[in-house]
Amino acid sequence: MDLIRLAGIERVFHLGDSEVHALTQLDVAIEAGEYVAIMGPSGSGKSTLLNLLGLLDRPNAGTYHLEGRDVTTLSADEQAAVRSQRIGFIFQSFHLVPRLTAAENIALPMMLAGIAAGERAKRVTQALKDFGLDTRAEHRPDQLSGGQRQRVAIARATVMQPAVLLADEPTGNLDRATGDEVIRLLEELNQRGMTLIIVTHDQKIGARARRQLQMEDGALKSDTQSQSAAGQD
Amino acid sequence: MRNADVLRFARDAAAGYPLRTALSVLAMAIGVAAVVVLTSLGDGARRYVVEQFSSLGSNLVIVLPGRSATGGFNPANAVTTTPRDLTVDDAAALQRLPSVRRVAPLAAGTSEINANGRLREALVAGTTSTYLEIRSFKMAQGQFLPVADWNRGAPVAVIGAKIQQEIFPGGSAVGELIRLGDRRLRIVGVLKSTGTGLGMNTDEVVFVPVGIAQAMFNTNTLFRILIEARSRDHIDAVKREVAGVLKSRHGDEEDVTVITQDAVLATFDKLLRALTAAVAGIAAISLAVAGILVMNVMLVAVTQRTGEIGLLKALGARGDTIRNAFMAEAAMLSLVGALTGYGLGLFGAFVLRQMYPVFPAYPPDWAVVAALVTALSTGLLFGIMPARRAARMDPVEALMKH
Repeated sequence: MDLIRLAGIERVFHLGDSEVHALTQLDVAIEAGEYVAIMGPSGSGKSTLLNLLGLLDRPNAGTYHLEGRDVTTLSADEQAAVRSQRIGFIFQSFHLVPRLTAAENIALPMMLAGIAAGERAKRVTQALKDFGLDTRAEHRPDQLSGGQRQRVAIARATVMQPAVLLADEPTGNLDRATGDEVIRLLEELNQRGMTLIIVTHDQKIGARARRQLQMEDGALKSDTQSQSAAGQD
Repeated sequence: MRNADVLRFARDAAAGYPLRTALSVLAMAIGVAAVVVLTSLGDGARRYVVEQFSSLGSNLVIVLPGRSATGGFNPANAVTTTPRDLTVDDAAALQRLPSVRRVAPLAAGTSEINANGRLREALVAGTTSTYLEIRSFKMAQGQFLPVADWNRGAPVAVIGAKIQQEIFPGGSAVGELIRLGDRRLRIVGVLKSTGTGLGMNTDEVVFVPVGIAQAMFNTNTLFRILIEARSRDHIDAVKREVAGVLKSRHGDEEDVTVITQDAVLATFDKLLRALTAAVAGIAAISLAVAGILVMNVMLVAVTQRTGEIGLLKALGARGDTIRNAFMAEAAMLSLVGALTGYGLGLFGAFVLRQMYPVFPAYPPDWAVVAALVTALSTGLLFGIMPARRAARMDPVEALMKH
C-alpha cells in the first residue's frame, strides 16, 4: 500500500481578481521508505505541494490518502494530530524557537503531544546522542552553528517517529560542506526506513534522491527513478 | 499539551521578552497599587473619624436644647420658637429611666482662670461626677468631681492637661487653689490629655460642679445632657424614653433634639465608605488601562511570534493549545502584575502609616479582592482577542514570516 497517494489534487489561489493554479490535476503516489526529491523552478508549485503533504494547507479538489486514510476531510484538530504523530518538518531557516535550548526545542513536539516529562527527557537524551549534540543540549539556537541548528531541527522532526519527513530546502541556509553533512544525516534516516521527501532546486542534491519529481506550472513534468543509489557520491 | 507544560511554555515566552513583560507587569502593578493605596487612604479616613467619635464614649446619647432645624425655615418652626431650656432637674429626671445607665448634665461658659501668678482664659464646663465615666476619661492626678447633690456643688475643680502644664508647669496641681471668675476653687484632679471631642478641647477645660458653673454664669440652663445607655441595644429605647420624658416635662412640646453617636457615626461611615468606593472606582480605571496594555503587549507578542505559531502548528499544536498558551501568558502578566501591585500597595499604605501614625491606612478587604479580581479578569478578557488571533493563524502564512 502507498504511504502517500494524491489523486486529482487542485490548489487555486485567488490574487485579487485573478486565479493562480498552483497545482493542477496532480496524481502522485509515494511508497513507504522512498527517498523523493521535488524539484522545479520557483513558482512551480513545489512548496504548495509540500504544504499539502504536510497538512498545513488543504487542496481545492482531489483526495490525499496518508497511510490509507483520507486526510483531506479531517477537521483542523484531527489534522493537527496527524501532523503531530505522522509528519516531521524540516525548514530551510530551521525554525527553532530562539528562547528555548536545543533540548527544549527537540522536546517541543512531544510537549505539544502531551507526553510526560520523564519520557520526554529520555527521548531527548537519546536524540541528542544520535545527532551528536550531547554537548549542546543547554545551548540556545543563537549559540549554535548553522549545521548544529539544522541537526537540532532534524532531531525535533524525528523525535515523534513520524511516517514521513518533509524537508523544505534543508540546505538552503548552509554552506556546501555543512549542507552535505545534513543531507547525509537525512539519507541515513531514510536508510533506516523513514520516508524522505526533499523540496530543493539544487540539482546536485536532487540528483542524490532515488526518485525525482520535476514540477512545472503546478503540474508534474517528469517522475524519474534514479539508478544511482542514495548516499553515493 | 499538558497544563503544566502550557504554563511553563507561557512563562518562558513571557521571560523571553523581559522589557515588554516588565512594562505590562508594571502597568498592572501600578493599577492595583493605586487601588490599594487610595482605598487605604479612604478607609483610613473612615476609621479615623469612627475612632474619633468612638472616643467620645460608648453608647452615648446627647440631648441638645431646641429642635434641630434641618430642612431650612418652615412655618412650624417659627411658631414654636424659644425652646424651653434644659435644666439640671431635666437631667435628674432622665436618671430614673430604665434604659439609662448614667446621666451627666453639662453647662458651659468661658471664664478667666487665675492661679500661681498666671492668668488665662479657659472654657468652664459644669458637670457631675458621672461625666468621667460617660466620656471614658482618665485621670492623670487626683480625682474627678466628687459625688454630690447636683444643685449644690463643692468649690472644687478638675483641670485639663494643657491648663495644668501652663499654670502649674512641672509640679503637682492637686490641692492648689485657683481663682475662676469670682470663685475660689481647689483643684482635686487633673485629666489625662485626650484631644478634641464634642467640639471642645478637653485639655483646655476646667471642670467644676454643675451648680457652681450655673451660679458663675448666672443661668440655670444646660448646654447638653449626656446620657449613657445600658448597652448598645438600649440606645433606641433611651432615645424614645428621653424624648418622651422631656416632652412631658416641657408642656408637651418637643423642643429638644436627641442625637446618638451611632447616627452621626453611621452617617460619616456611610459617607466615607462611598468616598472610598468612588476613589476605588477611579483607581480601577487604571486597571482597565492596564488590561488594554496587556492586550497590546499580547498583540505584539502574537505578531512577533507569528513564525513560532506557524511552527507550533506544523509540529501538531491544535488551535486551542495555542490559544491556551497565549491566554496563560496574558494571565501570568496580569497575575504577576496584580501581586506586585498588591505588595507595592501594602508598602505604600505602610509608608502612609509611618508618616501619619494616627491615620489607620489599611486597605479594606473588599478593595483588595476587587483589585486582584479586576486585574486578572481584565488581563484575561483582553488576552482573549490576541490569543484567538494566534490560534486562527494560517500555518503556511505564519511559517513564511520568520
